[in-house]
Amino acid sequence: MTIILLRLSAALFSLGVYGILTRRNAIGLLLAVELMLNAAALNFVLLSRTSGQAHAQIFALFIIALAACEAVVGLAIILSLFRCAKTVLADQVNLLKG
Amino acid sequence: MTIACLLFSALVLIGAVWVVVLPNLFRAALSLGLVLLGIAALFILLGAEFLAFVQILVYVGAILTLVMFAIMLTGKRAATETRHAASRRSIPALAASLALFIVLVRATSPLRGLTAVEQPALLSVIGQELVQTFVLPFEVISLLFVIAIVGAIVLASSR
Repeated sequence: MTIILLRLSAALFSLGVYGILTRRNAIGLLLAVELMLNAAALNFVLLSRTSGQAHAQIFALFIIALAACEAVVGLAIILSLFRCAKTVLADQVNLLKG
Repeated sequence: MTIACLLFSALVLIGAVWVVVLPNLFRAALSLGLVLLGIAALFILLGAEFLAFVQILVYVGAILTLVMFAIMLTGKRAATETRHAASRRSIPALAASLALFIVLVRATSPLRGLTAVEQPALLSVIGQELVQTFVLPFEVISLLFVIAIVGAIVLASSR
């Protein structure tokens, strides 16, 4: 079971990287970041199960809390960007370009 | 146990592939919900029930709803990716993420011999550690929540 979940966590993280590299929409990037954070949390919980330590689960709890903060601020930035630049595609934001 | 673990892992993996490849962003967000629920099920299998419920409450209940609101607010035009622009970059991205996967698998291969201990970490121990050893990070996170909420209101409010 350990080996399955270790591989699953590595695969989730790599899929998150793939999503970040291919998505153009900023919300799609945020979804890929959530995948990567979940991969890390899954690893922490797995290692908490194999070591019996509570510390690992506390770190997973912190990851979930930080993911909530990141999503809230990220979506607020995306909404504000949409209002100001009329796009959410990450490669079309060129407000500073002369 | 192992069969349930395999089934939920397959579910999470399929959902994660959908999250990154589906051109329609709303469907990608829904499959992110599938991934999050599957990971919550894996948490229960690993004996971390509290984290599973936190995962469902925070991720599926709050973050996913927020993401769907953002997708709907930013309009139909942006919701689907244009096909050709995405496929142009997908081969180098696939190579990079595959290389990362191989590196991660090799790095975690010494951990393969670990087996689950008899007793999973108790919730009472987690709660005590959270207010004793980790009291400073705990308070910092609550401060961070306030900052994030105020920052989000300031950023998203239309003057």
